[in-house]
Amino acid sequence: MVHAFLIHTLRAAKAEEGLCRVLYSCFFGAENSPNDPQPHGAERDRLLRKEQILAVARQVESMFQLQQQACGRHAVDLQPQSSDDPVALHEAPCGVFRLAPGDPFQEPRIVVWLGVLSIGFALVLDTHENLLLVESTLRLLARLLLDHLRLLVPGGANLLLRADLVEGILTRFLPHGQLLFLNDQFVQGLEKEFSAAWSH
Amino acid sequence: MLAAGTESLLRQAREVGAVELGRFCARISALLQAEDWGPDTLDALRRLFLIVAATKYSRRLEPTCVALLQTTLCSPRCPERLQLLCAAVLREMAPSNSLSLSCDHAQSSRQLGLVASVLLAQGDPQQVRTVGQCVVKVLESRQSEGPSLTHLLPVVSKVASLAPDALPEEQTKALSKRLGDWLRYASVQQGAAHASGGFFSTPRARQPGPVTEMDGSVATDFFTVLSTGQHFTEDQRLNVQAFSMLRAWLLQGGPERLGATDADDRSELEGSTVSVLSAASTASHLLPPAEWLREKALEYCQRLLEQSGRRALRKADSDLQKACLVEAVLVLDVLCRQDPSFLYRALPSLRALRTRLCGDPACARVLLPVAQFFLHHGEAAAVDADAVCQHLFTRIPSEHFHSPMLGFEFVQFCRDHLLLFGSNLDLLRTSFPNLFKFLAWSSPALTSEFVALLPALVDAGTAVEMLHLLLDLPSLTAALELQLRSLQAASERPLWDASVRAPGCLEALRDPQAQGLFQHLLRAKASGTVERLTPLHQLLQPLASCARVLQCAQAVPTLLRAFFAAVTQFADGALASQLALLLLERSDSLFPVEGYEADVHRVLSSQFPGLCRLHPPLVVERAKELLEFVGSLGGPRSTGHMLTSVVWAIGEYLSVSWDRRCTAEQINRFFEVLEALLFEVTQSRPSATLPKCPPQVITVLMTTLTKLASRSQDLIPRVSLLLSKMRTLAQSPAVGPVHSEDDLGAVRTRATELLNLLKMPSVAQFVLTPSMEVSQPRYHRDCNTALPLALDMVSRLLEREAGLLPG
Repeated sequence: MVHAFLIHTLRAAKAEEGLCRVLYSCFFGAENSPNDPQPHGAERDRLLRKEQILAVARQVESMFQLQQQACGRHAVDLQPQSSDDPVALHEAPCGVFRLAPGDPFQEPRIVVWLGVLSIGFALVLDTHENLLLVESTLRLLARLLLDHLRLLVPGGANLLLRADLVEGILTRFLPHGQLLFLNDQFVQGLEKEFSAAWSH
Repeated sequence: MLAAGTESLLRQAREVGAVELGRFCARISALLQAEDWGPDTLDALRRLFLIVAATKYSRRLEPTCVALLQTTLCSPRCPERLQLLCAAVLREMAPSNSLSLSCDHAQSSRQLGLVASVLLAQGDPQQVRTVGQCVVKVLESRQSEGPSLTHLLPVVSKVASLAPDALPEEQTKALSKRLGDWLRYASVQQGAAHASGGFFSTPRARQPGPVTEMDGSVATDFFTVLSTGQHFTEDQRLNVQAFSMLRAWLLQGGPERLGATDADDRSELEGSTVSVLSAASTASHLLPPAEWLREKALEYCQRLLEQSGRRALRKADSDLQKACLVEAVLVLDVLCRQDPSFLYRALPSLRALRTRLCGDPACARVLLPVAQFFLHHGEAAAVDADAVCQHLFTRIPSEHFHSPMLGFEFVQFCRDHLLLFGSNLDLLRTSFPNLFKFLAWSSPALTSEFVALLPALVDAGTAVEMLHLLLDLPSLTAALELQLRSLQAASERPLWDASVRAPGCLEALRDPQAQGLFQHLLRAKASGTVERLTPLHQLLQPLASCARVLQCAQAVPTLLRAFFAAVTQFADGALASQLALLLLERSDSLFPVEGYEADVHRVLSSQFPGLCRLHPPLVVERAKELLEFVGSLGGPRSTGHMLTSVVWAIGEYLSVSWDRRCTAEQINRFFEVLEALLFEVTQSRPSATLPKCPPQVITVLMTTLTKLASRSQDLIPRVSLLLSKMRTLAQSPAVGPVHSEDDLGAVRTRATELLNLLKMPSVAQFVLTPSMEVSQPRYHRDCNTALPLALDMVSRLLEREAGLLPG
């Protein structure tokens, strides 16, 4: 089961300024800690969820940085050559790691991540999922988001103010966190529908 | 590109104050009330979402605004974009107590899906149940297939995962039946294109053709996720969704007991390898829903196995084929566990698949679920399980170590099936050199996985070789880098670190001796022999600055601790002795990576006493090697943790009470060597190459010498002389600038304590060489033997004595 999807900033090296910022996050159904003796307020639960997502984003960032270091790729590679260049998504760094129980979720989870330009995409899942499908879904979501962000607002878009776009894509390609087996033609069809609905 | 604008936007969103937010909410309320669906509302809602989402602290929105968001969500005329944003804002506020939304308000199935997403995010199990029951009711009532159902199936799947008991059994059964229908009986004609409209458009005269396979040929059988076409019909979309949720749905359904009536149907189908179009399917119309679904799922998966062998025209499709293969095998595994009679129908296809995959290097990841299948059904498939495990452990890691995803899945597979491996567990254990290649290459992601797996891999027969390999892990990383450089074609994008040049490494490898060591390091199985890799270290030295090698070096201490924690559980005396010797030998022959030697020494020095505790006689057994080790130290090495540890162990365990073979001669010899060492470390002036000697080294040497003297009492005068010299040295102003006052104070105090002890030799022996009963509580409670009381008496006697002596 997919528990959450998040988009966050990625810095190429730890030394770079700034912090890891979560740009978008979405929980697909959630569970409040049922075994807790103290009744938590709704606010505390929300705070916990936000912090859990941030913890995941930070771990993804550090895994990304370590992997980039190990491959000898430096910050230079992260800058896009020009906004027209198709982003080579099948070569984008990706990885997977486990979250131990309690750190930060109660149950053990797995995170699959993908790093494109300076944005990270990650899915938080249960421990035994079809990772091939997860990987290809993540690449698909990344491609769709990057394509449509550029198309709709030329000259650099800002993801933060385009939540409807992210939601629209998620509703069609990852509805309620359901991973779908979509072949290429199917994706094209769904994408056409999406573009049509969004162009009004 | 992204950074500066993002930061300032987030900051602005966070800094919006309560008053300003109130005004903004009022503006939005006005827009929504007026049903203004224009760009202003879109922009306002986007900003509202950012304001709510940007901070982890809850934002209080005006109740009217929240209420209007909820009504807009369920409004019939509002465009999708705005409704999505309303749902997103409400979901971002979750969990929230002020929500009055309910499933009844939704006017269409699309809206119901949105409402469900908000309600499920509240985290309330009761809400989950309500949503589930509502959605299932809608599914039941709308018998006509339409776009409605595709919005609702994912909700059902999500509810079933969150709360398996939320859905009533009857509806679950009904849905199972429909899922089976959608899987098997979707249309095989392509969907019609949407009418392009317009006054002058000509109506399409041509009917859309049949769906095609991935390789372009016309579909040979029923529609699946691997069938493609220009447009898709609604039931084809349901087919895709049904398969996507199939495995989770089957697992929640649980194994059902086969009824007696089903047995007759079974016997017709058992043992047959008929194609999916056979008349056998007509018999299954009589099946109850769960059986119906299983039957259709079996047919679907077998069709997928066949379809995945075709060569896809598009790359994205060939990736999908692999993902479908994995899923199909996983579903077949579940089906065969739920209904063992399926096994004989599924096994032939899986066997054929295994043969196909073992020959295809691109499909390594797909092999893991196939192996899992064979292991789960071991009785029927023992031979296949052995064959696939053989291929997995001996071939896959050496060819695919550079894929971090495969590494993770591989280790997870090993951990999950340890109990099922049977005789293959030995094969796994002896293949640890191959497995470690994953670890050496992707250490940050896989270290914790291996720490969990290590206890199962460690074995008395391979422990020594494994420890050598763990200490050599960074050189393994370097060797793998080098191997990739030599193998990979120049045109491919390099998998190795292109920023580190390694001139001459590849040529130097042509030397036969170097080649032999290189191959030994890259072996796939435990060889039972140990090779000295020092010549190879020199050869690989240019690669020691690779980031990957550094990362691996940083992971090794954790792995060593895990290794020792596992090995000390079962190590006997002989193994402990061998491992202790290994620590001594390897402490100076480690791959020269920055900081590696220091880190490893720290871990090894903390483990050495543990090994001695396991098997105290090892100090006497290995006396010769220990003497050599201690004698060779001094100079730049004398500051190491290893020295402290080894010297302490000598002091503690070199006595007759631990091993009868200990002779006075041995004690004397050790004494001489340690005495010389102590002089050397205290006399030498620290310089750039000679780091300052830490006080722990001095004190442990003094204490050990005293311990040895207490056992061989003619050494006592020598030791007393030595100790008073140390005390004087520590007081002299000459050493002032080098050592801190605390350090000198510690040395002085210890020297004094030891000198005092030695004034009463039998007490010294009692204190410094306690017998084994010391660990028993009785020893301390009995006032005749308790150590604190004895020491107390000693100090009082000494004080009185001091008072009687002149000066």
